[in-house]
Amino acid sequence: MDVAAYAKLLPDITPRNKPYWDGLAAGELRLQKCAACGRHRFPDAPLCPECLSGESSWEAVSGAGTIWSWCTMHQKYFAAFADEVPYQLVYVRLAEGPLVISVLAGEPGEPEIGRQVHAVFQPIAGDRTVLKFSTGAAA
Amino acid sequence: MNVNDAAVIIGAYEHPGRELPDKSLAQIHAEVAIGALADAGLTLDDVDGYFCGHDAPGYGGGWVSMAEYLGLRDLTYMDSTESGGASPIYHVSHAIAAIAAGKCNVALITLAGKPRTGVQPGGGGPIRPEDSFEMGMFTGAGLVSTYALAAKRHMYEFGTTSEQLAEIKVAATKHAAHNPHAFLQKVLTVEDVVNSPMVADPLHRADCCLVTDGGGAIVVVSKEVARGLKRQPVRIMGQGESAKLTNGGRLDLTYTSAVWSGPRAFEQAGVTVRDIDYVSIYDSFTITVLEILEDLGFCEKGEGGRFVMDGALVAPHGRLPFNTDGGGLSNNHPGHRGGVTKIIEAVRQLRGEANAGVQVPDCEIALVHGNGGDLGTRMRSATMILGREAK
Repeated sequence: MDVAAYAKLLPDITPRNKPYWDGLAAGELRLQKCAACGRHRFPDAPLCPECLSGESSWEAVSGAGTIWSWCTMHQKYFAAFADEVPYQLVYVRLAEGPLVISVLAGEPGEPEIGRQVHAVFQPIAGDRTVLKFSTGAAA
Repeated sequence: MNVNDAAVIIGAYEHPGRELPDKSLAQIHAEVAIGALADAGLTLDDVDGYFCGHDAPGYGGGWVSMAEYLGLRDLTYMDSTESGGASPIYHVSHAIAAIAAGKCNVALITLAGKPRTGVQPGGGGPIRPEDSFEMGMFTGAGLVSTYALAAKRHMYEFGTTSEQLAEIKVAATKHAAHNPHAFLQKVLTVEDVVNSPMVADPLHRADCCLVTDGGGAIVVVSKEVARGLKRQPVRIMGQGESAKLTNGGRLDLTYTSAVWSGPRAFEQAGVTVRDIDYVSIYDSFTITVLEILEDLGFCEKGEGGRFVMDGALVAPHGRLPFNTDGGGLSNNHPGHRGGVTKIIEAVRQLRGEANAGVQVPDCEIALVHGNGGDLGTRMRSATMILGREAK
């Protein structure tokens, strides 16, 4: 992997999303949770779309989810991933409701829709840690 | 009074170019503006309403600089509603409402882009998602991934196949072969499509729309203005808009916001899917067309794969001829935005001016549907039902 190109793809840490990234670095998946109605949301947003409360906290969640869909990327869209193709993306429905897009960490074989997965945390360039998922089948 | 009775489409023009390295973005906007106004029998001096997307060049993102470049000095209404590739369809709807409200009489809508030979705002190279964080670009995902995930899930839930998706592209290539301006002229078979290189499995290269330079423009005028013009007008029968946003991350990619915009347009028009003679359907990817056909009610959810088989979409005699210019899959997808060309081809069909091999006989009612933004984050839909009008 081209680490310099990859670092450029990483989103900026902003005051609003910093708790998410801090959580990953600490080995936790944290989601924004509405202080008024208790609903988790992702991506982060200044208001709860259910009750419009602006009060929220970031809470560690289970990291459990199921594969809702997946695909295999063949096109070299990003310099950072040019050496990685073909690679598989998974769309995971977290137990708390929101869906996130990511990859399986070093899994053999094809992903399977409906398969249970759990969050894993992979340190990468520049002191950042990213969210990936595992079925528990990794060697 | 029905708001749609206030105005008609009177001018439409598609830039013939698909690779325009020597033209600026503003120049393409200007050329399509003049083309559509000439089609209507009008000039820039007649324009009092102006519409374009946030991808227009110049100050602030929107209509301000383009209005300045075009020398539009007498504007009484301006709108840059941003809805990705669907934006021009919103603009036509908003122009009708503005004319009905007496805010303008001659509305010009322009779209231009040059992602093929130049960089446009937000464009160039891979299509950028709306938010790199939300879309997981740092995991190697991008806009095409969302549609691949949608296709895979559609296959899982409903048994849709790659060969069925390929039928959509095959129909588009058959239509493009009749269009001398189409970027791709070659007719493909289902085998050609499924054997084309994978981009994001299950989507092949031939399942993806083109990247072209170019543009188009539409002129909408009050009925009173239209009466003084010679050109055959096109009637707006119904329109519907909708949005499907992140919803806190709870998304289902197997349907689009067409499920809401479609019924609104049909209700206003007082017609049903059985009355539609021709459809222009937004075709960023083959799966986009399939889901939209289901969402608009041309078939049940999940039945899209079977619906598009056996040449159903092929003009002139298929059950539901679609995108007879070749669409974004084979003709033109200027600036990553297929909205304007969808309107233009529907206008051609209703005027009986489509290319001879694909003109739908006795085409009286057409549906235009645009799909904007990203299915995986914030997608927007606009549906319009248009009718033939005697001159």
